[in-house]
Amino acid sequence: MRIYALHVGLLALLLALHFVLPAYHHGNLARVMVLASYAMGYNLMFGYTGLLSLGHALFFAAGMYGMGLGVQHLGLSAAPALILGLGAGALVSGVLAALALRTAGVAFMIVTLMFAQAGYLTVLYFGALTRGDEGFVIQQADRMLWGIDLSLEGNRYLAALTLFGTCLMLCLWLVRAPFGRVLVAIRENEERVRMLGYDVFAHKFAVMVMSGTMAAAAGAAYGLLFGYVGASFASVQYSIFPLLWVLLGGAGTVLGPFIGTLFMFYLIDLSSGVTTAYMLIAGVALVLLTLFAPQGLMGEVRRRVWRGLP
Amino acid sequence: MNTPKLDQKTGITRRGALAGGVAAATLPLWARYSHAQTASPIKIGFQVHRTGIGAAYGRWYDRTTQAAVKLINEGGGINGRMVEIVAEDDGTDPKRGAEVVEKFANQHGCDIGFGTLFSHVVIGSAPRAGELKLPYFVVSEGHHVASGMLNRYTLQPGITDVKSQVQAMAPYVAANLGKKVTMVFPDFAFGHDHRDFFTQAIEAQGGEVLAHIAIPPSETSFTKYFPKIPRDTEVLYHVMVGPAVLTFVKELGEFFGGQGPALFGFIDSLEAVAIDSPGLEFLENSYFWEGMCRDQQPDQSDHETAYRAAVGVNEHGASVSDPRDVSTYAHMFGCWETLHVIKAGMEAAGYTGPQDRAALIEAVEAMTTLPESLAHPQGDKIFNGKTHQVFGHQNISQVQGGKLVRVHRTSIEDTLYPDEVDYTAQPL
Repeated sequence: MRIYALHVGLLALLLALHFVLPAYHHGNLARVMVLASYAMGYNLMFGYTGLLSLGHALFFAAGMYGMGLGVQHLGLSAAPALILGLGAGALVSGVLAALALRTAGVAFMIVTLMFAQAGYLTVLYFGALTRGDEGFVIQQADRMLWGIDLSLEGNRYLAALTLFGTCLMLCLWLVRAPFGRVLVAIRENEERVRMLGYDVFAHKFAVMVMSGTMAAAAGAAYGLLFGYVGASFASVQYSIFPLLWVLLGGAGTVLGPFIGTLFMFYLIDLSSGVTTAYMLIAGVALVLLTLFAPQGLMGEVRRRVWRGLP
Repeated sequence: MNTPKLDQKTGITRRGALAGGVAAATLPLWARYSHAQTASPIKIGFQVHRTGIGAAYGRWYDRTTQAAVKLINEGGGINGRMVEIVAEDDGTDPKRGAEVVEKFANQHGCDIGFGTLFSHVVIGSAPRAGELKLPYFVVSEGHHVASGMLNRYTLQPGITDVKSQVQAMAPYVAANLGKKVTMVFPDFAFGHDHRDFFTQAIEAQGGEVLAHIAIPPSETSFTKYFPKIPRDTEVLYHVMVGPAVLTFVKELGEFFGGQGPALFGFIDSLEAVAIDSPGLEFLENSYFWEGMCRDQQPDQSDHETAYRAAVGVNEHGASVSDPRDVSTYAHMFGCWETLHVIKAGMEAAGYTGPQDRAALIEAVEAMTTLPESLAHPQGDKIFNGKTHQVFGHQNISQVQGGKLVRVHRTSIEDTLYPDEVDYTAQPL
């Protein structure tokens, strides 16, 4: 009960902030919520199942381009375009899961990285459709979802909160369900889980598709809410970001990805006002966290304060 | 109880005298504050590529911007108010670019946004500028503004776009270098723009492109692509960018050994790079597009002389304080000219604050001819209020003895093309 109170409480707090935050932070938080949804998807695989992917930008971009190309070339409205984005994410993650899950450990990292890089180059290669590295704008008229104009600040925030809330509750339910327990068991001792009679591959496959689809949902939402689809979101740094956010916030905690994304966002935002070497500051912060809070911020909370935190 | 002790002669308490003294001492501070209510500076949010792939351009865009603002402020500012530049690094990244635009509008309280160069950052940021109704003056040379992709709040009044530049090159290339062209370009949007616009333009001149050779962005060695160049090629048109360009030119020179087709390129490849760098000897006698001529030309106008001095650039386009620090001379005038258009627009609109942003857009849209002057040292221009794009003269220079010597200057008419959008039809 306390657990649900905490997570629903966070959503209530975010809803309350909608009414009081100054415009700049209001916009930032909308961004953070969408990116945190991406990180939560990543966390399902990395934090709970122990699968370290370096190719999640592929799924984020699959959602973004599935949605964006649907609007741009098929003339879809926002709702079917979003579904197309989700479908693209599910399909791409399913195909990659079928191939990459044959490997493990470092090989898995390399295979996912290579596929994501191939995805990035594919976006550039089909420049006639995707406008390559320049990307394209999703016009305001195409950003109407059931009559709601997503280009308006308030609607954007509430849409981001809806996505975030859905992903958060889904993750919470999933990791506390028997399926989620098996994922954690796979992370801890894959052989033993296999010996107990669970189909490890099926579980990994399922979580990878869920993770990829959640990343795609975030990608599609990002394009729709902020009006831009571009190849930089498919680049390798967008595969690294969710890893950093999850590590910072606490891998294997439901709230960790949000905390990590928020922390990193403001760390860069504030430090870039002080120096051009803001990535150095981000790097130092990461090193310090790794030294003094190796389980991330929420991981530390779980270790010191609340052992049962999911 | 402590009672204030009156001065016997004046009747003023010691505490009162102290307070009065403090108030008098701080007079300049609060007097300035009360004055600031009516004459606070005009804040221009400068979206600058300080880090990332655009850093070399960003450094010079920054210097040009600071020089232009200094000149404007020395001349009394805009509508009697000083101009203050609020610079934010966007990391040459479209996501961060959009965040920076939000920061200008919502946190810094900027009147306008300005100065973005790289196309993907412009395209990623412009939707947010439009939604926030923040006039967004880009200095990008991309065709994105005039193509109609962006919105009414995004304008490009200080630099011409790639479509008009490329189109204007074709008549000279066809008449002087040859009609059979092979194009080598990077396989991403910038290269594709050149491929599409130049192919069309050279065909209009009775020429043809024999082969399009797209180089993948991750390529580091180019020798294997050169055998694909057809033997009857008369002109090799190249627009490689990034750090690999030196390798590209060197390998190209080694491949042809001085016997190859005429070379024509865009100086974008070699902005911030000394043309006499080791390995670039093969560029001798080759031709380049230049927005503004890096090496001082014999007929340089007084305006350009003053501009060079203000920006701190010597007769070879390098920094006066460090001759090895070569500027991005062919592009950076765009910042200078854009800031002067902003000044003229704000003065025409009687701009007093963010409530006049729509009036500023309309005032800039109403501009037509921009005569050559200190405000426009690159030359006179025509602004198209419907497409939010400026048009101007282009230069073709030849490398002669390690210097870029202008051999042709196009007319503005050579650069015009039919409108693709009417932004004035969009609501403000």
